[in-house]
Amino acid sequence: MTSLVDKHQQKVRRETEQRRARGMSSAEGWRRRGPLLPALVFTLIVTQVPFLFTIWYSLQNWNLLNPGGDRFVGLSNYVEIFADSTFRQAAMNSVIFTLGCVFFAMLLGIVFALLLDRSFAGRGVVRTLLITPFLIMPVAGSLLWSVSILNPSYGLLNWLIGLVGISPVDWTSVHPIASILMSLVWQWTPFMMLLVLAGLQAQPKDVLEAAQVDGAGWWRTFISVTLPQLRRYIELGILLGAIYVVNTFDQIYLMTAGGPGTASANLPFYIYQRAFLGFDIGQAAAMGVVVVIATIIIATFALRLIFRSFDVKD
Amino acid sequence: MLTVLTWVIAIAFFSPVLWMVLTSFKQESAAASNPPSFFFTPTLDQYRAVIDAGAGSYFVNSLIATGVSTLLVVIMAVPASYALSIRPVKKTQDVLFFFISTRMLPVVAVIMPIYVIAGQLKVLDNIWTLVVLYTSMNLPIAVWMMRSFFQEVPSEVLEAAQMDGAGLLKTLWRVLMPMVAPGLAATALICVIFAWNEFFFALNLTAARSATVPVFLVSQMTSEGLYLAQLSAASVLASLPVVLAGWVAQKQLVRGLSMGAVK
Repeated sequence: MTSLVDKHQQKVRRETEQRRARGMSSAEGWRRRGPLLPALVFTLIVTQVPFLFTIWYSLQNWNLLNPGGDRFVGLSNYVEIFADSTFRQAAMNSVIFTLGCVFFAMLLGIVFALLLDRSFAGRGVVRTLLITPFLIMPVAGSLLWSVSILNPSYGLLNWLIGLVGISPVDWTSVHPIASILMSLVWQWTPFMMLLVLAGLQAQPKDVLEAAQVDGAGWWRTFISVTLPQLRRYIELGILLGAIYVVNTFDQIYLMTAGGPGTASANLPFYIYQRAFLGFDIGQAAAMGVVVVIATIIIATFALRLIFRSFDVKD
Repeated sequence: MLTVLTWVIAIAFFSPVLWMVLTSFKQESAAASNPPSFFFTPTLDQYRAVIDAGAGSYFVNSLIATGVSTLLVVIMAVPASYALSIRPVKKTQDVLFFFISTRMLPVVAVIMPIYVIAGQLKVLDNIWTLVVLYTSMNLPIAVWMMRSFFQEVPSEVLEAAQMDGAGLLKTLWRVLMPMVAPGLAATALICVIFAWNEFFFALNLTAARSATVPVFLVSQMTSEGLYLAQLSAASVLASLPVVLAGWVAQKQLVRGLSMGAVK
């Protein structure tokens, strides 16, 4: 009997304690959450509210050139954009720009970082020269490339290839995608280089020495010791680079205006055209929603990758 | 040998910038010559022309948008990242994920509603609209970065502060801020770079009154034909603040750009 009463009293005491602990943890929790709230609320309002509107607009037939035509049309905007070959082309171009830029910039970035990861005369100056393209305002960089470097009549590149006897090329209209890629790679290589350089300098020196003692050549050491060490730096560079490059707008707007025709438009530029030049709010909104869904799917995989390789401490 | 190669590559890679700077000191006729002119008498005419074209007010707008938004970001990001690192709330990962996911939203997906809402609130062509947008653009990055800096503060320091009976604000201001100051500087620098260079919002939401430097650059190109040398001078002026800041803070830039994920 007594043991049953004891058990009951213990249970009551335990529950009271738990309740008290919960009560305390809720007050304490608010004290902890408090400092987070301004940033969280601000971000929620400024980024999520417009997106909800975008979803709503995407269900409307709303073209500013056609007043009064504003009505609810359900998913028909979505059906139309999947039948729109320009949309498919812009999506394809987005993929080409993003993969192309990230790939070549990372490749060059690794080469540059390896060259910089030695001590030599003027190393600081060389590093400074190499990171500058990243610091140049993208608008200025785009103008510099399209006007000064790639211009068919007085551009620097045509003069250079003229020296070896190649006739001038109207770069931005004949090779619009290659032109944009060139300037994008130029702008993003320093970013990749800085990240890889950080990775190289974080390498434990004793491992490298051990590899040398074992008689591994430079290439063997690079492939089997350095590259695996660099993996997470490379992954991070690819992820962050892709987030920004996918949104590329300045270069396309200024170098080719998406042209000729729509040959070099990416999704951000095409949506901009539909919205601000075509005034087709409903269509543009539907494209925006599709892009967001695609981005979320890709980003979820990418973030899972990054959370795994950096094991965020909690 | 490898050193020579490195120098050659560096100079080749830098040459477009060098060319821009050279062109900015030329007369227009020399700037658009074929073959390109490498020897010329330098002149400051183009810089004078850019300033006469009213660059000043655009720079003021850019300064306001960049400066105020960076300040707001810091004010909100420091307590938020503190809450997320030192005294983690439940589901810290979810909150962090939410913040960074907003950065992955393509801006084009929200530009139409922002345009319509700004129009209804009568804040189109208003610099404070850009301030709000740039704040929301940089806040997630800043929270991520600052969190990584806070996490490096040893927990003994906090316990000591608590033993001394220091409150939240006092702990934050007196104890933590000095320790994370370099990280805070790097965070602010990244915010400055992104805000100063931002073009898409500025292009779509501003007009004559509140346009920023990138918009000014573009207007230089399209207004009265093409003045290559003057355009180059404007580009140099527009890029200079960020380039100088980046040169000075190269090392911090790496940590900043990797959001502190890489040490």
